[in-house]
Amino acid sequence: MSYDFDFAFLNEYGPDLWRGVWLTLGMTAASILPGFVLGTLCAVGRLYGPRWLSRITVIYVEAIRNTPLVIQVFWLFFGLAVLQVRIGAFPAAVIALVINVGAYTAEIMRAGFETIPKGQVEAASCLALTRTQVIWGIQFPQAVERVYPALVSQFVLMMLATSIMSQISAEELTGAAYQIQAFTFRGFEVYLVIAGIYVVMAAGLRLVLLGCATLAFPRRRRLGTPL
Amino acid sequence: MSILGLPLGLTPDQFLFILRGAGWTLVLSLFGFVGGTSLGLPLALARAARKGGLGSWLLRQGAGAYVALVQGIPLPVIMFVVYFGVSIGGFEVPALVAAGIAMTLWSAAYLGEIWRGCIQAVPRTQWEAAECLALTPAQRFVHVILPQAMRVAVPPTVGFLVQIVKNTSYSVVIGFFDLTYSAKVINNATYKPFQVFTIAALIYFLICYPMSVASRRFEARMRRA
Amino acid sequence: MRAETDGMTIADPRPATPAAPPERETMVCFEDVRKAFGTVEVLRGITVDVHRGDVTVLVGRSGSGKSTALRCINGLEAINGGRLTVCGRRLHEPGTDLRDLRQDVGIVFQSYNLFPHLTVAQNVMLAPRKVKRLGLSEARELAREVLHKVGLADKAEAYPEQLSGGQQQRVAIARSLAMQPRLILFDEVTSALDPELTGEVLRVIEGLAKAGMTMVLVTHEMGFARSVADQLVFMHKGTVWEKGSRDILRDPATPELRQFVGNGL
Repeated sequence: MSYDFDFAFLNEYGPDLWRGVWLTLGMTAASILPGFVLGTLCAVGRLYGPRWLSRITVIYVEAIRNTPLVIQVFWLFFGLAVLQVRIGAFPAAVIALVINVGAYTAEIMRAGFETIPKGQVEAASCLALTRTQVIWGIQFPQAVERVYPALVSQFVLMMLATSIMSQISAEELTGAAYQIQAFTFRGFEVYLVIAGIYVVMAAGLRLVLLGCATLAFPRRRRLGTPL
Repeated sequence: MSILGLPLGLTPDQFLFILRGAGWTLVLSLFGFVGGTSLGLPLALARAARKGGLGSWLLRQGAGAYVALVQGIPLPVIMFVVYFGVSIGGFEVPALVAAGIAMTLWSAAYLGEIWRGCIQAVPRTQWEAAECLALTPAQRFVHVILPQAMRVAVPPTVGFLVQIVKNTSYSVVIGFFDLTYSAKVINNATYKPFQVFTIAALIYFLICYPMSVASRRFEARMRRA
Repeated sequence: MRAETDGMTIADPRPATPAAPPERETMVCFEDVRKAFGTVEVLRGITVDVHRGDVTVLVGRSGSGKSTALRCINGLEAINGGRLTVCGRRLHEPGTDLRDLRQDVGIVFQSYNLFPHLTVAQNVMLAPRKVKRLGLSEARELAREVLHKVGLADKAEAYPEQLSGGQQQRVAIARSLAMQPRLILFDEVTSALDPELTGEVLRVIEGLAKAGMTMVLVTHEMGFARSVADQLVFMHKGTVWEKGSRDILRDPATPELRQFVGNGL
């Protein structure tokens, strides 16, 4: 079996690929913080909130985690179109990603909160701190530090998930590849190249996020040991 | 059963169409799991290979490289690569096979990682005890380590099955007729996205949720043991 | 005065005075307090007073209820019967503001429970800043002061994991002191320490006692109890078995206490 690999398309369509990379990274960046905030609020609501809040959170988390992202994106995007709500494909993609990553983050953060020894919560409340102060000042910082690797993995997975957004015409790298292969008929090479680009982006994102850990966790920065 | 679709504004035919897609989702999931196991188990063994010279080093690094690579590529892209790859090879394959190969390659990387962790979770003392019983390395592994690793592996493997079922939805990009694809087709025909995709979501949920619960139960049972 | 030999105690060595002078203010008053965990009765009616400036030590075997009694004082455990008054608050009545109580009642735990993600100084400053709303420089000064009192002024910027058990426990004491409580509880604070580290902690507690801090201790360190206790309470099976000055250890009135002391526990 012989096949003439032809990567010449890179010259002509290089800029399009770059654009795809930036859009992918942009979509990811726009979704990480809101997703993390949503997930953390859900975890706290589930563990320490009133019963009704706990129930809603569980329903939300289980519904998202047991259905595919593709269906969620289609539901949102085509649903909004039918309701005549005009938001662009990019914002729709970001909203879907935030809702999706929020549910996974909620589970990760919940596990993090549950690993904090009860003795600390006891000591903190015996120092006359309010419930809110204990949750956010004592439990939250430790929970985040403990589950940080799991969070990083989740956000990298989310970046990879942006790949499906071209299905709702949100431009990103995979969508760019589709356009290029339609013009060049070099599908195999094109997708091989973007596979490689994704690998590099995933590794890069992981490095950046782990770098943020050093900034965010002074104890880790000084001592280098895990919590 | 097709009556269920009616209140939601779908005809029985449309509902059946979606159910057929669901059937293929299950087929692809099975394909992905069986294939992923066949490739993933050797990967796990290679990654967990004990220290012993160049051969095992190569095995560990090679398997490690495969896992790191695949875990950095989105599944839709893997689907495209396989799809275009097999057609270059001159093969005329149905989308199911292309999707199946992609699912295999993808799930093998994750299953391999999970199982490697389970093998390495078996305490050192077990390896030593087996050695003291004068068993050969292969016997040690098969009779002492593997059974214990498998017990630990049940919850995360069942949990990953859920991932496999959900991720078959990415095969929509190469036009494989699965539940997501069929839902999209019906939506294009009826313009009733809330109904159509809610039904599709419910079907996925009915398949995945029991497995999620089972996985959590297994894990709780194991922590108690 | 000695305790009655029927085992049910009550002898209080101090004669009752009609108008108690200010130093004899009652900080904690247990009146026939009961506490059960589910169906298990842990406190079966204990009656004990703690006066200002006194060091009260609770001793007894495991399961005698001494830790539970201690934890009732700052509301960590709720009582099921009897009356408990702490610093003027009636804990037997519903609606007690525990946060308010805990600004007056500090506690040091067996497992220190320091916050690992904060430095020693931050651990000590946290409550004064968040609860008493002290400014940063004021809080720092306060932290310096209390850390100096426990002998750890030079460890202010260290993290708990860098310290020995004894040092961590002293930080825990400093953390409680920073809130300027009227009463401090010590729950077996040396039980988790290696023997060579208990001395430094006991010395700090001794210093606090000499300075007039009102304290209630639960401890297994009998030697220390004898040297520092103004009031010694021997608990057995959820009741106050014997109560008096440190002399009751030298001359136990009941066979149970005799056996307890004899075992060198």
